[in-house]
Amino acid sequence: MAGYDGVFDTLGLRDWCDQDKADAPMSMAQLLAQSGGDDGESTPLAFPSLDTLHESCARISQTRDVTEGLEQGFLGIRAELKYVLDPLTQPLSWLLDGTLFVFETTPWWVMIPLLVALSWFVSRSKPVTVFVAGVLVFFSIIDHYDVAMQTLAIVFVCTGLSVLLGVPIGIGMSKSQTAQRIIVPILDLLQTLPTFVYLIPLIFLFSVTESKIYGIAVIVYAIVPVIRLTDLGIRLVDQDVVEAANAFGMTPAQKLARVELPLALPNIMAGVNQTIMMSLAMVVIASMISAPGLGVLVLRGIRSLDLGVGIVAGLGIVLLAVILDRVSKAALARVDTHRGHQ
Amino acid sequence: MSKVAIRGLYKIFGPKDREMVELVQGGMTKPDLMEQHGHVLGLEDINVDMAAGEITVIMGLSGSGKSTLIRHLNRLIDPSAGEILVDGEDVMKLGRAQLRALRQKKMSMVFQKFALLPHKTVQENAEMPLSVQGVDVSEQTAQARKWLARVGLDGFEDRFPAQLSGGMQQRVGIARALAANTDIMLMDEAFSALDPLIRTDMQDLLLELQAELQKTIVFITHDLDEALKIADHLVILKDGRVVQQGEPQDILLNPNDPYIEDFVSDINRARVLRVRSVMKPVSTDSFDGDVTANATLEDLITLSDGDTNRLYRVTDGNDVLGQLDMKDLVKALVPRTTTGPG
Ligand SMILES: Nc1ncnc2c1ncn2[C@@H]1O[C@H](COP(=O)(O)OP(=O)(O)O)[C@@H](O)[C@H]1O
Ligand SMILES: [Mg+2]
Repeated sequence: MAGYDGVFDTLGLRDWCDQDKADAPMSMAQLLAQSGGDDGESTPLAFPSLDTLHESCARISQTRDVTEGLEQGFLGIRAELKYVLDPLTQPLSWLLDGTLFVFETTPWWVMIPLLVALSWFVSRSKPVTVFVAGVLVFFSIIDHYDVAMQTLAIVFVCTGLSVLLGVPIGIGMSKSQTAQRIIVPILDLLQTLPTFVYLIPLIFLFSVTESKIYGIAVIVYAIVPVIRLTDLGIRLVDQDVVEAANAFGMTPAQKLARVELPLALPNIMAGVNQTIMMSLAMVVIASMISAPGLGVLVLRGIRSLDLGVGIVAGLGIVLLAVILDRVSKAALARVDTHRGHQ
Repeated sequence: MSKVAIRGLYKIFGPKDREMVELVQGGMTKPDLMEQHGHVLGLEDINVDMAAGEITVIMGLSGSGKSTLIRHLNRLIDPSAGEILVDGEDVMKLGRAQLRALRQKKMSMVFQKFALLPHKTVQENAEMPLSVQGVDVSEQTAQARKWLARVGLDGFEDRFPAQLSGGMQQRVGIARALAANTDIMLMDEAFSALDPLIRTDMQDLLLELQAELQKTIVFITHDLDEALKIADHLVILKDGRVVQQGEPQDILLNPNDPYIEDFVSDINRARVLRVRSVMKPVSTDSFDGDVTANATLEDLITLSDGDTNRLYRVTDGNDVLGQLDMKDLVKALVPRTTTGPG
């Protein structure tokens, strides 16, 4: 008999409680109490938690039943979720595998000039381009070229998809108060949720051998800033100019393409810059769920206490972060100054 | 038939604006409406007729509802009650596409803060209205070039707005409005942001263009000098109500409200009043000379050498319109008040 018996007795719930007492499994506390020869009445003022109440009334579930229930529920809809999500996300696997294949098989003497040319094309800045070339050569010299390319490939794919999905979502948010009210809390959640936590449902849903599992993890994490800054950018567009667009009879599509997106571009680019940085951060963490690249080396360094491997890989990530940041910031600066401001 | 007619227009800002119209019609004042119902009274029972080919000036202090009123003409703001007739057609009955057609083809607008597209060149800005309409590119280019040249911006086509002075930016704004090739032009404090000298230039430019093009212009200003200089029809707005409207000379000579007397007391009347507004019917046939009906009183004072005993014959071409006694001229220089001398 436990401390809350009286409560149930006075409430007249005794019969209801005892209905199928026999099948109730014992809680850990009960087992411990039994083995210790204690009948549980020593803590009459224990907090009425589910386990404590269960002792007095078998009809009340134990906490482990609740976690168990959640798990069962999740497993129950798993098949259906997979049925919907698998085909939807399959292209992501193909895209990741394809890009990884291209980055891994293209010879370095094609890849490095190509990436340097891309940096120049995007940033139009000599120091930035030279720095990118230097970092790429450094990776090759210390035999980290392959892993760096893997990380870069994943960052490219995930950033590209984040922009492709995030900008339209941001536009939708800026146009509808309702959409904004719904999406902002979701974004807040994605940003505050510890990254490890949302790896858990992904592991349930997809197999670790599929590339999309880390692709989804990276995109879900990195898409937030580009959505937020697209929304903000469009809302911050000079309302006088928007009014002029209306006064000259622009359609909503014309207004978006000719006024709102171009004027929001500096903000959107700032969002893209943050999205790139967050993809990189997440690719490293996602190496725990099979993402290839520099993160794997960091993980190996931690697992086998191989300090050198970990430090070099960590440094490589920093260098990669710096070149991605410099190039995208230079592109951003170019957008800002393209309008004749002195 | 007037080109634009406003009939019984009310605008109340707030969620239940339509219900509030009756209260205002029942005599509720602006402060009471704010205090008891939290709605802002913007415009109250506005009736204005704007004749084709004339400049209608709407004048009032800041906050009197000028911008609100002009934005009803192309429905950038929807009224709480009343009609807006453009070429006899009620703007309120137009669907979205028809409204866009009205904004593209019938009314163009010039803005106080210019509202140019900052990421487009001067040329592209001037092409904007025609490109929105989907006119041929060659036609767009030709029209934009023509109107930019007409407002004195030859050679500036490839600059960006931020590279131009305020006066030049507003010239782009005017060229843009003219390129739209609309009958009606709305100008909301178009010159208020400019320096006084540049402002005078722009007023002269507008009058010059108007002599050539005879558009129906609705011009908003808070400056009485500017209003008197360019108005064919003057509407004076105070706290969302029309206090007086009519021919500017007439308002100057016969103000019907202390508010307007205040306004007109600081004016250099000799420079603004014209002979035709002060002359009397012919009653004699010996004159000291001829003056034209459109001469200002200032011109006449110079002509008469300040001699108040002279009598002039007023002519317009070959017609004799009346006579002007210099004593009447002197009397007209002193503001008449409804409250007696003071
Ligand atoms: N969207 C709005 N909501 C509430 N009040 C408004 C709004 N727009 C204008 N008003 C009010 O209407 C009045 C007239 O404003 P406005 O037309 O801008 O005046 P003006 O152009 O003559 O300076 C002001 O009292 C202003 O506060
Ligand atoms: Mg205004």
